[in-house]
Amino acid sequence: MDIKVALVGNPNTGKSTLFNRLTGLNQKIGNFPGITVDKKTGFTKLSDGKDAEIIDLPGTYSLYPKSKDESIVFQVLADQGNSSHPDVIVLVTDASNLKRNMLLYSQVADLGIPMILALNMIDLAAKGGIEIDVDKLAAKLGIQVVSISARNNIGIDKLKQAVTNTNKIATQFQEVDVNFLAPEAINAIKQHINTDNDYYALQVLHQHEHLTFFTEKDQVEIEEIEQSHQFESAKIQAAETIARYKHLSTVLSDVVTDQGTAKKFSFSDRLDAILTHKVWGFAIFLLILFVIFNAIFAWSSYPMEWIEGTFGWITSMGHEHLPAGMLTDLVLDGVVAGLGGIFVFIPQIAILFAFISILEDTGYMSRVTFMMDKIMSKVGLNGKSVVPMIGGLACAVPSIMAARNIENWKDRMITIMVTPLISCSARLPVYILLISIIIPAKTIWGIISLQGLALMVMYLVSFVAAVVVAWVMKLIIKTKEKSYFIMELPIYRMPRWKNVLFTMYEKSKTFVLEAGKVIIAISIILWVLASFGPGNRFDNIDQKYSAALADTTKNTDHIKTLVATEKLENSYVGILGHFIEPAIRPLGYDWKIGIGLITSFAAREAFVGTMATIYSVDGGDEDSVTIRQRMEASVNSKTGLPVYTFATGISLMLFYAFAMQCMSTVAIVYRETKGWKWPVIQLAYMTAMAYVAALIAYQLLK
Amino acid sequence: MKLSHLKIGETGTIVAFTDLEMSVKLMEMGCLPGEVVEVERFAPFGDPMAIRVAGYQLCLRKSEADVIIIQ
Repeated sequence: MDIKVALVGNPNTGKSTLFNRLTGLNQKIGNFPGITVDKKTGFTKLSDGKDAEIIDLPGTYSLYPKSKDESIVFQVLADQGNSSHPDVIVLVTDASNLKRNMLLYSQVADLGIPMILALNMIDLAAKGGIEIDVDKLAAKLGIQVVSISARNNIGIDKLKQAVTNTNKIATQFQEVDVNFLAPEAINAIKQHINTDNDYYALQVLHQHEHLTFFTEKDQVEIEEIEQSHQFESAKIQAAETIARYKHLSTVLSDVVTDQGTAKKFSFSDRLDAILTHKVWGFAIFLLILFVIFNAIFAWSSYPMEWIEGTFGWITSMGHEHLPAGMLTDLVLDGVVAGLGGIFVFIPQIAILFAFISILEDTGYMSRVTFMMDKIMSKVGLNGKSVVPMIGGLACAVPSIMAARNIENWKDRMITIMVTPLISCSARLPVYILLISIIIPAKTIWGIISLQGLALMVMYLVSFVAAVVVAWVMKLIIKTKEKSYFIMELPIYRMPRWKNVLFTMYEKSKTFVLEAGKVIIAISIILWVLASFGPGNRFDNIDQKYSAALADTTKNTDHIKTLVATEKLENSYVGILGHFIEPAIRPLGYDWKIGIGLITSFAAREAFVGTMATIYSVDGGDEDSVTIRQRMEASVNSKTGLPVYTFATGISLMLFYAFAMQCMSTVAIVYRETKGWKWPVIQLAYMTAMAYVAALIAYQLLK
Repeated sequence: MKLSHLKIGETGTIVAFTDLEMSVKLMEMGCLPGEVVEVERFAPFGDPMAIRVAGYQLCLRKSEADVIIIQ
């Protein structure tokens, strides 16, 4: 790579649009070494034929980080040994709001890395009556200034040319001489870490605790310098910010002329008056939710069926044409089935993220956040938790990915922890099967169906559970970070459709690659446990039925199902079902339901399929009515009483409402929190909650 | 007077902050002493609020607006 370029700028400045414009689809997402923040890099060809690596750093308002993502910016810019340390910084600003954007410029400039200033959205600024004298600004700053519009592809070539022209040595003038803020401490640090940059030394004093490139010995010594000079971080930071703004006022005074501030916002203001209105605001929000929810169900059903069909076809074709044997079975019933279980989520993920990216692009999402913050903050969530929780009605997997937008660590963790409680679409087939068994198909007052009512209650239970758990976690989880809600409300804009498509693609890909690994592993384990049994139990079953199967005059389908059922009972999973029976008997379950609970750890909807197999019904879950009849008729072999009583049914539904029976969610929580701590806590608390709720329900109702 | 006491449409000039840590965050977002702020609207439940400052719209909770002293 010839040159490394980092994009730095405030949020909402079109930094990502510029990144996409420069790199096209030629980009990848990785990790910053040693730090758990996504790193977006891509490549572009410069005008002189050289290749440039573009690094998109997280958007931030200043070099003093407020979130984990933001802390990356200083880490990368400060550490020359960092593999992402840039040769050139392109500082991206929103031209219509230059002064606030220039605070970050002023800080970054004083680090002494060669840089270029890009005035983005120059066309919008011009429309709003703002004129910027680019040449004068460039002369005052001592660097190249380029006006661009990333969205409308204006000035991109000029920007690339500017990158080519940039010197290896920084040319910008010093913005503020910060030495006066804490002269002794700064001088001591400069000597200690061997730098002549005052501002770098000051930043090290402020945030050395978070910098990973210092040795432990360095850290102790820096801390000593900080203590001995009584370095007051917040006070000094405040003084620095004031000094920088004062300097910027003089720099920008005869550079920016603004004639239309009032006019500029009238459109956004009129929209806000409706969209955040006490009554209309919520009505419109509910309508939008309805459209999204509906689309996730309606639009995804066809592609999901198609994906399931395709994988089913692959499996049956494989069984027909590949040599029969263990390897074939493992590949087809373990790996291919596991892959199918991943791919089937893609339509829902893609649709949910299409809507989320449209709502974010237009600026509507910040308004929803603004409206909901009061209610959500009461239970330890944040206005921004609304999106993941609504999405949870469809599928927890994309919703947990959407929780990234929450900057506050504690709020984000609580959101991730409670989102899987929201009743997702995979629970629906389980509820429908159980409700049809235990709730009579009657109506009250002629119109309200009892079964429909029961289904609605299950959804309400899920919301109440999420709110209560969030509130409890608010009390338990400790953080030094103060929850705050100081947020820019960007002006309304048209969505960038290319960006919407790219988001759909990127999120689906991330899901398949990251969650996929874990899902395939667990699918294979489950397959092995269900296909093998200890000793020669399977051989005995084969022998027992071999005569009946050899009889070609009769239909052997029923015999085959009997064999499958008996094998399942004698497989490791079946033995496990018997093994856990004592633990689940207080909940009103027998070993058959135990098998269902084990197999549905892979995915909740597997319960219906497992019940179908166990109750010897051919045709899988298409034949729900017959499974239902068999389940209704089944009796406990020990007591002789029916298995599926009202108490057992309610207990089972509560178990499914609270239990974390979804390895895709476990996998995505692992990915999003980058460790096993949170997924394990989540698995534990949800299982405990499911067990206790089911136990209480059964014992009270039996 | 505190910023949180202003009504919709009213303006004031920031003179000081009562919380040092919060002031740092607010100043980074352009709420500097001497800047004029205008209250644009309140969220449906009366909190948070949206203000116009430094040429853009900023929203903040009332508890955060409490630390901003205006004239």
